This record gives sequence, C-alpha cells and structure tokens, in this order.
Amino acid sequence: MSPDTSAAAESHRGHHPALVHHFDSLAEQHEAASLGMWTFLVTEVLFFGGALMAYSVYRSWYPEAFASASHHLDITLGAFNTAVLIFSSLTMALAVHAAQLGQIPKLKLFLILTMALGATFLVVKGFEYHEKYVEGHIPGLFPFNYQEEPQFFAHAQIFFSIYFVLTGLHALHMLVGLGIMVWMYVWAHNGTIDRDYNSPIEIAGLYWHFVDIVWIFLFPLLYLIGRHGTTAH
Amino acid sequence: MSATPAQSTLSAKPTLPAISPVMPEHHYLNNGYGLKSWLLTRDHKRIAILYLLSVSFFFLLGGLFAVVVRLELATPAGDLLTSDNYNKSFTMHGVLMVFFFLIPAIPATLGNFLIPLMVGAKDLAFPKINLLSWYIYMLGASFGSWAILTGGLDTGWTFYTPFSTVASTSAVVPAALGVFISGFSSILTGLNFIVTIHRMRAPGLTWFRLPLFVWAHYATSLIMILGTPVIAITIVLVAAERVFSFGIFDPKRGGDPVLFQHLFWFYSHPAVYIMVLPAMGVISELVAGSCRKSVFGYHFVAFSSLAIAIIGFFVWGHHMFVAGQSVYAALIFSILSFLVAIPSAVKVFNWTATMYKGSVTHATPMWYAMGFIGLFTIGGLTGLFLAAVGLDIHVTDTYFIVAHFHYVMVGGTIMGYLGGLHYWWPKMTGKLYNENAAKVAAALIFFGFNLTFFPQFVLGYLGMPRRYHAYPPEFQMLNVLSSAGASILAVGYIFPIIYLLYSLKNGRIAGANPWGAVGLEWRTSSPPPTFNFEKTPSVTWEAYEYPEGVESHVA
Repeated sequence: MSPDTSAAAESHRGHHPALVHHFDSLAEQHEAASLGMWTFLVTEVLFFGGALMAYSVYRSWYPEAFASASHHLDITLGAFNTAVLIFSSLTMALAVHAAQLGQIPKLKLFLILTMALGATFLVVKGFEYHEKYVEGHIPGLFPFNYQEEPQFFAHAQIFFSIYFVLTGLHALHMLVGLGIMVWMYVWAHNGTIDRDYNSPIEIAGLYWHFVDIVWIFLFPLLYLIGRHGTTAH
Repeated sequence: MSATPAQSTLSAKPTLPAISPVMPEHHYLNNGYGLKSWLLTRDHKRIAILYLLSVSFFFLLGGLFAVVVRLELATPAGDLLTSDNYNKSFTMHGVLMVFFFLIPAIPATLGNFLIPLMVGAKDLAFPKINLLSWYIYMLGASFGSWAILTGGLDTGWTFYTPFSTVASTSAVVPAALGVFISGFSSILTGLNFIVTIHRMRAPGLTWFRLPLFVWAHYATSLIMILGTPVIAITIVLVAAERVFSFGIFDPKRGGDPVLFQHLFWFYSHPAVYIMVLPAMGVISELVAGSCRKSVFGYHFVAFSSLAIAIIGFFVWGHHMFVAGQSVYAALIFSILSFLVAIPSAVKVFNWTATMYKGSVTHATPMWYAMGFIGLFTIGGLTGLFLAAVGLDIHVTDTYFIVAHFHYVMVGGTIMGYLGGLHYWWPKMTGKLYNENAAKVAAALIFFGFNLTFFPQFVLGYLGMPRRYHAYPPEFQMLNVLSSAGASILAVGYIFPIIYLLYSLKNGRIAGANPWGAVGLEWRTSSPPPTFNFEKTPSVTWEAYEYPEGVESHVA
C-alpha cells in the first residue's frame, strides 16, 4: 500500500508520537482517518435524509398548511443564524489552514471564534423555541394553538413536528460539534497538534462543515415556504 | 480417507496432522489475562471474542423465547400463555434474534477476527472505535434487556405504527432505544471494515486477490452505513411521537402509518442482506477450502455481493403489497425483487460448480456449507413466490412467510455462522474440536431445522396466520411436527457449546494451518500473535491459488 519512499521518510524523521502502531506513516493514518470521517458523513446524510423524506411527502400532500405554518417561523432570526453558521464555516476553514501551517496561536483563536459562533446559533435557536412555546406551536405535549387558520390545525402539527425533529437533531449535532471543538482546543493547547499532525483538526472541520450544510438545507425548506412574491405577515 | 496418495501431504483432514504441532509461545490469548486486558483491549481478535460471547448469549436468550412460542403452539388451544404474553414472546424472540444476534453475528465476530488477518494488516483501521462499537452494542442490548424486564414488548419486531406509538402499553421506548443504540455499533463496524479494506491491504493484495469473505463484508458494510441511519431516524420519529406526542405518523392529524412502513423496510429489507451476505462470504471460503479449488467464477461471486447490496435497497416495497401502496409501485417492487434473486443464484450455482471435480473433504465446515446451499436455495426460491404479487397476497402474514425467512435467516445465516465458527475455530483458539461430535451436531441441526420449518410452509399455504397463540385443531399435526423439530434443533445448538468449550482445554493442538488452506490468515500461527504477522506479508499470488498437483486431476 504505502510506497517505500514515504515509509523511509517517516522512519528518517523518527516516530511521531501520534503515529499509532498499525499504520506505517502519518500520511497513511491521515488518509484512513479522512476516509473514515467521509464514510461517517455518508451515514449522516442518510440519517437526515429519512426525516427529509417525511418532510417531502407531507409538504407535497399539504402544501397550504406547510406554507401557513412556515410563516409562523421568525425569518429574521433564521436568516441571522444562517449567516452565523456560514461565518463559522469560514473560521473553521481558517483554523484548518492555521493548523496545517503549524500556527498554533492562530489555530486556537479560530477555534474559539468557531465555538463562539456555534454557541450564538444555539442561543438564538433557544429563543426561537421559546417563542414557539409561548405561541402554542409545540404539538403534542402542550395545547396546540392555531386559531388564525383553523382549517390547518391538524396538518400544521405535522409541520411543527418535523420542524422540531429536524432542528432539534441539528442542534444536537451542533452541541456535539462544540464538544469536539473544545477537545481540539485542548489538543492544540497541550501540543498534540503540530505541523506534522493536524489531521484531527481537518477531520473535525469536515464534521463542522457538514452540520453547517445541513442547516443550509433546513433554512429554506422550513422558513421560506411560499415566501416568494408576498411579504411575511 | 478418500484422499489419493498424491494428495495426502496436502490433506485437509484435521485429524491426521503430518507432524504434531505446538502452541506458539506468544499469541493474542496469552497477552495478558486480567479482566482489564479484555475490557480495554484494542486487539480486533479479542474484541471479536467479546462479541462472540455476547451475541451467543443473546442467541440463547432469543432461543428461549422461541421455545416458549413452540411450546404454546404444540396444542391448538391457547393454554400455556395469555394472548398478550404470547405477543410478547414472539416479539422478544424477533427483536433479540434480529438486532442483537443476526445482524452482528458474523460481521462482528468472524469479520472482526478475520478481516485484518485476510488483508494482512495489524489491526482494523480504528481499533478504539472497534472497542467502542462493542460497548455501544452492550448498551443497546442492555436497553433491550430492560424492555424484557419491564414487561416486554408486544408490537412484533417491526414496531408498526400507530400501534407502537399510541396503542401499545408495553415497553416500546426502551426496546426502540436498544435498537437505535445498537445500530450505531453496526455503523461503526461497517465504517471500520470499509476503511480497513480500502486503506490497509498488504502490499500486492489487489482487490481481485482478496478472499470472497472480504468482498462479502465490504458489500455488507455498505448496507450497514447506508441503511442503518435510516432505521435510526425512523426510531427517533417513533420515539418523538410516543414521548412528545408529535404527529408524524398519526392518522388523526393527517400523518401516514404507511410512511413508517416505507422508512422501516428501507432499512429492514437490506438488513436481511446484512445478515446473509457475510454468511455467503463464509460459504465461499468453506467451499474453496474444502474443495481445494478456486471458487468458480471468482469475479462473478465478488460482484454478486455488490449487486445484492445495491439491488437490495430497491425491493423494500414487497413487504407492503397489502399495505395500500399503488398497484404500479407493487409491480415495480415485484420486478426488482425478482432481480435480486439473480446475484444470489449466481453464488449458489458457482459454489456448486466449485465442488464439481474438486477434491471435496467431508469435514464439518463442508457439511455446514452444503447445508447452507440447500437450505438457502429453498429460502431463496420461496422468496420468489413472495415476490409475485398475486401469490404474496394469498400467503401474506401466514406461516409461509415465517418459514421463508427462517430458511434464509436460520438455514442461511446461522449455518454460515456455525460453519465459519468450526472452520476458523482452530485459528481462533489454536485447538481442534472433536470432529465426530461436530458432525453429530451438524446433522441434528440440519434435520431439526427442516422438521421445524418445512411444515410451516404447508401450514402457511393452508392459511394458518402468524402471530396467533391458538389455531384450529386440523393444523395440530403439522404444528406438533414443527415443535418436535424445534426441540431437536435446540439440542443441536447446545451440543456445539459443549464440545467447543471442551476443546479449549482438551482439544488437540491445531497448528498454523490444519486445513491445508491458502489465505493469509493461515500463514500465521494459531492463535495469531497480537499484531497478527511477524512481518507484513507481501502478496504475489491470486486468491485460492491451490497447488497445481491437486488442480491437475480436476481438468
């Protein structure tokens, strides 16, 4: 598998402390880790895909109810959060770049910025959830309120069920991402990450970008139904 | 005994070793003895043993529920169990067997043990994730056990809504959580295999030099990573509906229970191939090793695994012919279900062709291989009956279905599992089991299996529905035959536990290659050292390249 040259170069440099026993070189180890994360992200696509399948079926069956319920989401907060996540993808990419150049102080700065943006997203999401609770738009546990358009009372509950499942799972992934960022910060701080061994940052970055991309799909699918040509009321 | 003198030096008969082998001084089993050396191990071989013990435990537990079911069905009246308890018995039998035995059975034990050995690697790509997958499995299995202890589950293993979300009063959430959690162990196993097979093959070991066992596990891993997340999200939706009263599958709010069935079977039909593909990989090795020949049409068998994995994702609708899907959908799913039989048939024909003019040895693994080929053929052909919409409607939810999937699951997966366990037992433990005892057990299992399940085809065709604890008296004779067969089957399953455990202490020493087989796993000591090989092997030969002297009399 590994060409002799890279193995020789590796032994020339001496064993890197991060090289585990069953790989010949850090490059081989990085390739394996990277393929592992991409494979994991494939499973994530299928995971969200199942819920999006349910979304597609019901949206095509109940388009008016979905448009009506969608108008109850706060488009300003949603757009703000979208911007926050796109910006966090930028800081994440800069963190990976800094790690590859071995610039540890910069890496730590960008990791902190990424965490701050991720936390901002979650706080805003919390306010949105609270607003839904106050308005009586949480189906099931609390009395559901849809007096403005009572003809959509049943189907709007399906919309909000899917809304809470999708955004809830996304928020859970954000929380996991924040945990990974803390972990990466510790590794940057204690010297585990260096110029030769930065694949953990890159792989954490893949995960972070993926979670951002999920939101890029959720925002239009949930917030922007039937918004064209009319103003939100 | 039938071996000609020219072959005797290459004889695969384990009872006649040329020289008496000795146990290697250092191997993975004596590299530490404490509990910690097992529970914190990252050695794929030790993790395989952990899995072997735990899946065997859940196999026996699931078997106990089957005993209860067959006891109840020995008489027409529902006299042993209440109907509620009967519902719980067959449900727990199904849940335990499917999610905690059949799915991990071969990949997590034999696959875990053998894939790094077969590709010439020191370990799987992610040893810590491999250990984590076992802990996740145990956590999931604990939730499953919690469901049993808190009153059991009565939804059937399929968790159909709206019964599972609004009506059932049994432990749906713990059981669903158990399935959800154990799914992650399956995803991690699949991910580990994919990366290992891509990235960690020994120098010279090209894709088409890989043993077919590895190809089968690669295909299985694809299904694991593509299918399992879908059952995970489906369970999340069911749990959200049950815990938070969300309305995704609730007909009162416009939700559709049939959507649940689509999502469920999108995983659960391919899951059948998660169970049977690894067994097919085992059979390829057993047939090649026992016939001392390359598997006939190696490339076809390799690609048929991938074909099954891919087509298997497009046939789920055949579980829903009576669930109100459109007639066109039923038509298409019917055609696709016929198609998936082609790669399965390729395998069966090619194994049979491999035997033709081979130097067939009749050691226990070959008995299991032949049992698999016969039983899987019956299971597969009755699958074609069920793919035909008209006939399927007649036998839907009857014992015909029960017999069909037991022929595939038990006649396929468990025969593969036991055959593989016998074939690689000397490699895993360094000891030989008693060949005569093993043959008695194999014969009991084959006979008991057919006696248990063949009458169920007849029962189903005559119209006996599944999942009822009482039935009309005219069905009694066939049900008694089935229950009698089940008791023979039970003896057949318990017997290997006894002689295999006995061999650990008293078995003769196997040596590195007791079968005289080719394949990298036989080129290291038995049991293998912790890092598998003294030095990384370099492969310059094709898969199953058996010595010419044996091949020559074939032509």
